[in-house]
Order: sequence, then structure tokens, then C-alpha cells
Amino acid sequence: MAKFRKEGKKEIPQISTASLPDIIFMLIFFFMVSTTIRETQLMVENKVPGATEVKKLERKDLVSYIYIGKPKRQFQDLYGTEPRIQLNDSFAKVDDIRDYIATERKQLDESERPKMTTSLKVDEDTKMGVVTDVKLALRKASALKINYSAREVKQVY
Amino acid sequence: MADIAFLLLIFFLVATTFDVDTGIMRKLPPIPDEQQQRQQQDKQIKERNVFEVLINSNDQLLVEGEPMDISNLRENAKEFIANPRNKEDLPEMKVKEVPFFGQTETTKGIISLQNDRGTSYEMYIKVQNELTAAYNELHDDLAMQKFGKHYKKLNEERKDAIDEIYPMIISEAEPKNVGGN
Repeated sequence: MAKFRKEGKKEIPQISTASLPDIIFMLIFFFMVSTTIRETQLMVENKVPGATEVKKLERKDLVSYIYIGKPKRQFQDLYGTEPRIQLNDSFAKVDDIRDYIATERKQLDESERPKMTTSLKVDEDTKMGVVTDVKLALRKASALKINYSAREVKQVY
Repeated sequence: MADIAFLLLIFFLVATTFDVDTGIMRKLPPIPDEQQQRQQQDKQIKERNVFEVLINSNDQLLVEGEPMDISNLRENAKEFIANPRNKEDLPEMKVKEVPFFGQTETTKGIISLQNDRGTSYEMYIKVQNELTAAYNELHDDLAMQKFGKHYKKLNEERKDAIDEIYPMIISEAEPKNVGGN
């Protein structure tokens, strides 16, 4: 019979802490790499509505964002409380969308331009009027793939 | 050493936001040129093939001429698209060659959505969500029946085949402006 068990008393050895910094560093690098610091400062209220049938936006580099909502408190003196469009870091008019899409498109590789998606991040309290104008502007700029940004929820009503 | 590392770790832990962007995908129709416009005018779609959804500025629904609660929209849309009992007033079926399925009936139904400029975005997304859900459920049912798998898990060719049987067409008319801006 083969012997499986060694004779003598068994002791649990102390876990070596020498590799602890390595592990921590590894974690740090992971979080450093995965952290995306938001480059645009939101100037409008932006609570997107909930929906059940949402899809994930895969390639973030192909996505350009349009924010629509009421200006935040600190901007209300200047811009009022009517829903406004924000492109990049500033408030914009509907007419600016064309140029915005054109610049965004130029930044992409030729082969990937058809895959460009525009994500509409619209606050849920907005009326459809301004959204419709934006959609028409997008059609004119032939940015036809859009994504109505929404949170995933289990139930909507 | 380890302390500094821990400090950094905690900073990045707090600063990290995994904001996965999710949303409802849609494709806008291109602006038609003049020739296409003329062609479109010639091409009339029969009334029975259109499922009309209207949303007014008070966020109320009018579906096929009847007021409806949002909770019933999904079932109604599903019944319209699939037309299981071949009713006269529901969309026509067109027999077509579809990969994997052979000669099958495909629906000719389309959904027409019109909102007011005063409709709230929240309601609009709810309606879009319900309509998407109706199609998704039909696609899923068919996938289960034919392939025994969820629609999401099928490969692209099979998905395309199912899309061909229940093509998702949501046409949006120019919004009205009754409620004012």
C-alpha cells in the first residue's frame, strides 16, 4: 500500500506577506487603467429614463454624445430653465449639431465611419420638441445610427 | 510602502466608475431626395398593415383609434405583428423564402409612431421600449420554437432569418404641435 499521509504533526504555516505589495500594486494598476475620468463636464440635468429592452453600447470610441436637459443650477441665471443641448463642453444650438457630427466623423478612421453612433443622453423631463429638432439635424447630417440612452430597469410602469 | 499602495488603491477604487452605456438602438431614416419622395407617394401602404400609435402632449396613448394604457401596448403590438389567427383587420402575410425556415409567412405589418412636440421624453422612451419589447418577445418565442435557444444566443445568420420573418419597422411621422412648446 502506498502511503498518502506523512507522519508527524501537521501545522498550518504562516501565510507570507511578502507578496502583499505586489498584489496591491497589481490591483492599483488595474484600477488605474480602467478608470476613465470624465472629460466633459455636465452642464445640464441628466437623468436618463429607465427601460427594459436596453442594449450595451459596445465600441465607445465610435460614440459621440449629445446631452439634452435643463441647465444645472449654476447656469440657470445665464441660460434659463428651458431644456438646452450640450455638445462637448458648451451649450449649443440645433444648427451646431451638423458641425459637431462632422468633426466627430473626421476623427474616425475611414472604414469605421459608417459605424458611428450618436448617443442621445436626454433628461427624462424634457419635452419631445427639442429632441425632434435634434433628430432632424442628425438626419440632415446623415448620422443615422442613434441610441436613446436609458438605464436598465426591471419594470417601467 | 504598502501603506502608500493602499492609499492609491483606495483612491482609484473610489474614483472608478464603470458607467456602462446602455440604451435603445434606433436607426433614423435618411432624408429622401426628390425622386425617392415621388416614389414614396406612389407607394401606399394598406391601412390594415399599419399599427398606429399616437402620443399626445398629455402623454396619453391612442392606438389604432382607441385610447390605451401603456401596460396593454406590448400585448396589442405583439398580436398585431404576429397576427396569429389571420384576422382580416390585422396585417397581411407574405410567403417568402427564408433561410432555415423555407417557405414561411412573413408579416407585412409596420408600426407608425407619432408624438406631439409636447410629449415628455420619458413617455416617448416608454412607448419605444414597449414596442421594442414586443418585437423582442416575438423574436425570442420564434427562436425558442425553432432552435431551442434564446434569440440573443443565436448566431448572426439565424438572427437575420428571424428578423426577416418579423422585421422591425417603426416609422415615425413628423410630430404635431398641438400642445404648444
